[in-house]
Amino acid sequence: MIVLNVNGRDHSLDVPPETPLLYVLRNDLQLNGAKFGCGLGQCGACTVQVDGQAAYSCLLPVSAAAGRHVRTVEGLGTVEKPGVLQRAFETEQAAQCGYCIAGMIMRAQALLDANPRPSEAQIRAHMQPNLCRCGTHMRILRAIRRAAGLPPDGKMEAA
Amino acid sequence: MSETLSRRGVLGAGALVVAFSLGPRALAQEGGAAPKPVAPGLPGSLKTTPMLDAWIRVDADGITVFTGKAELGQGIKTALIQVAAEDLDVAPAAIRLVTADTGRTPNEGITAGSHSMQDSGAAILNAAANVRMLLAEAAAQKLGVAPDALATTGDGGFKAPDGRTVRYADLAAGLSLHVAARADAPHRPLGARRTLGHDLPRVDIPAKLTGGVAYVHDLRLPGMLHARVVRGPSVGTELKALDEAAALAMPGVVKLVRNGRFAAVVAEREWTAVQALQRLQQAGWRRPGPPLPAGDPLASLNGPSQDEVIQDVGAGAAAGVRTVQARYSRPWLMHGAIGPSCAVAHFQDGQLTVWTHTQGVFPLRGAIAQLVKLASDKVRCIHMEGAGCYGHNGADDVAGDAALAAMALPGRPIRLQWMREQEHGWEPLGCTQAAQIRASLDAAGHIASWRFEVWSHSHNGRPVTAGGLLAGLEVDPPFAPQIPRPIPMPEGGGDRNGVAIYAFPQARAVSHFIEKAPLRASALRSLGAHLNVFAIESFMDECAKAAGADPVAFRLAHLTDERAKAVIALCAEQFGWASRRLSDGRRGTGFAFARYKNLASYCAVALEVEVEHETGQVSVRRVVSAIDAGDVVNPDGLKNQIEGGIVQALSWSGLEAVTFDADHRTSFDWSAYPVARFRDVPGSVQVHVLNRPGTPFLGAGEAAQGPAGAALANAVADATGVRLRDLPLSPERVKAAIGI
Repeated sequence: MIVLNVNGRDHSLDVPPETPLLYVLRNDLQLNGAKFGCGLGQCGACTVQVDGQAAYSCLLPVSAAAGRHVRTVEGLGTVEKPGVLQRAFETEQAAQCGYCIAGMIMRAQALLDANPRPSEAQIRAHMQPNLCRCGTHMRILRAIRRAAGLPPDGKMEAA
Repeated sequence: MSETLSRRGVLGAGALVVAFSLGPRALAQEGGAAPKPVAPGLPGSLKTTPMLDAWIRVDADGITVFTGKAELGQGIKTALIQVAAEDLDVAPAAIRLVTADTGRTPNEGITAGSHSMQDSGAAILNAAANVRMLLAEAAAQKLGVAPDALATTGDGGFKAPDGRTVRYADLAAGLSLHVAARADAPHRPLGARRTLGHDLPRVDIPAKLTGGVAYVHDLRLPGMLHARVVRGPSVGTELKALDEAAALAMPGVVKLVRNGRFAAVVAEREWTAVQALQRLQQAGWRRPGPPLPAGDPLASLNGPSQDEVIQDVGAGAAAGVRTVQARYSRPWLMHGAIGPSCAVAHFQDGQLTVWTHTQGVFPLRGAIAQLVKLASDKVRCIHMEGAGCYGHNGADDVAGDAALAAMALPGRPIRLQWMREQEHGWEPLGCTQAAQIRASLDAAGHIASWRFEVWSHSHNGRPVTAGGLLAGLEVDPPFAPQIPRPIPMPEGGGDRNGVAIYAFPQARAVSHFIEKAPLRASALRSLGAHLNVFAIESFMDECAKAAGADPVAFRLAHLTDERAKAVIALCAEQFGWASRRLSDGRRGTGFAFARYKNLASYCAVALEVEVEHETGQVSVRRVVSAIDAGDVVNPDGLKNQIEGGIVQALSWSGLEAVTFDADHRTSFDWSAYPVARFRDVPGSVQVHVLNRPGTPFLGAGEAAQGPAGAALANAVADATGVRLRDLPLSPERVKAAIGI
């Protein structure tokens, strides 16, 4: 039996310990936010926070997440009561298909938790692991700036 | 560009014309497969489905609107709700929208080709006007006043001059909407619009931000099992003998479904299915057919072609004083959905239900019915969203895979998702293409004659028969593969936008369709328009340079279409083209324009790049675009589509190329097929909308793909002085071209 703390709640789970966290979140806990994108740590669609850090849930065995704090996009807020980043993504309409978005939000959350007012270069560097194929990047960046209280059309620094 | 193509295919070499093959035909048109028009005088899809109650139902519970189009992340649900709300004059929240479902909605063929607003939007707008008109007549009768004395209240009712009101719901019981639409039902006045033309937030976004059920991937049915399809690494390969016993011995594996070469492993838990797949793949693989033509990715375009003259205006070649000639190409490109394709299928009591992110539930139903040997009325395909597809990806194939697995396990819903490597290895690709243009300039620096040729494989492998599905080619006996066909102009396939929009005294364009392709080919967002606009708009800059003219002024001098000119002028003004920074060897600016398909949206793109000589890296510093999509339903939704199209096309044009060796595709994941990440995307992207209320909707979802790629090439040429004509404009190519 594995005890997994997700969004502040403990769950006792009878699952093979090598199962990637992603499948446990999606199928055993019925949390839709984290998505299967590649299973290879290349796209970030499965990103969640583990003890505050952004992590690929498709690679992390559930046994390695036991005893740590897992946070998914469901832990940030709801449709009725969205969290700060969720509200910023809504305001900026920062989604097209949206399949990558929960992962984007969770990676951005890890950045803002550690660095509430990041520079544009820091935001782009931090978000580099996560792929969006619809080309929503400009809106995602605006949403992150908005959540951080930065000017939404922040000028890119010479990089 | 290959020399072979140049010698054999270009400029007067005799083209081989092959006879039409016998066999199942692919769709004649990308947006086709809808039923035949029965009411050609009506707008949009009312032509094929004229009865009002197919589109709108009003009852005591409220208003339900039906569309045969599917939400692909392009925001179509929101836009269609706005359209219906506007002409019914109700709040958008009062509308329930049902999307593509063979059991409930009109058949509108495929959701593709930037057709949804033109087809479904126009149909629903007109149907809503009809329904409001009929409701007004019923209200007038009930209240004893003339219909034109009534005003809508904006919340689902009418108000008489004396203040009495009546609700739609109260009128609905006595009103049949099973009547054909009229083309002349009056729309609400433009000045009174409450919804159409406003930035309504997308209805699908909140669930996507909070972990709601938003995708077919999230569907969980009672008793559902998880499956993975068992295939070799890419199209044309197969696994060697499967160790069936080893897979079945794994705890939790329920079944290995086999039929000919088709195999799917079904398990209680998803991770078990993945592990069983990995165990079965240990069998190793082989390529039974002939090797792929590794090496020159354009070589296959030298094959036998079906040729068609797609433009022939002006007599004889006008005498020019200077000839300009160039060839352009693009490689094979991948759709690359972020979420591998997925479907859920359930066979119970003789009825098969498939939840799918296909772009065409009706054609898919036909293909699956054939595959599983059921009558098509025993198969229901219900659209649920997937990850963005950008054309024909694995969505249909995975639905066929799930259907076969479900047929083997009656009563148990089966969720089957592809792995990342399967999506990369088996999805149909956007094909390689080449174009050649020759123009002569007169003494005044105007183009006097124009000759355009394009070579392309198919852009249309969408399934209409079981042979259009991967599983259909694997079962025993296999179904006949679909024979690819060119998509006729004016929409075109490989020749989409192959007719330049510019007014030339003499112009001729020829389209070469090469049926035999080395890789699996089908529709990728904008089809041939990506390469053709890249070629034409690069070439316009080359001609402007030869004429000593400013690129924007040169375009305007060759245009008669006032809307085209207005979009170009708006883009140039917003970019600050006239006062742009002049090239200094590192920085440069580029401009490009097209009207998608020459019949949909007008889109211009201007951008500024910085080229790092040491690496060949091209950074796009800022992008400004202008778009005329006719009557704009949701300006922010339109901007979102154009911004996304620009960023995606910059990735295609700057970074991407599918690679393959003699045996298989070698672009097997994101490390082997890199696409734009946050450090690669522009510093800023601005979109300016030129709204034209009251004019027809013009499809816009694919309008930016060509102009963005061409503007990039023009900016790189401006910055470096070197013209690159083969996509992608990769750092390696840029570095080699500038020779540092």
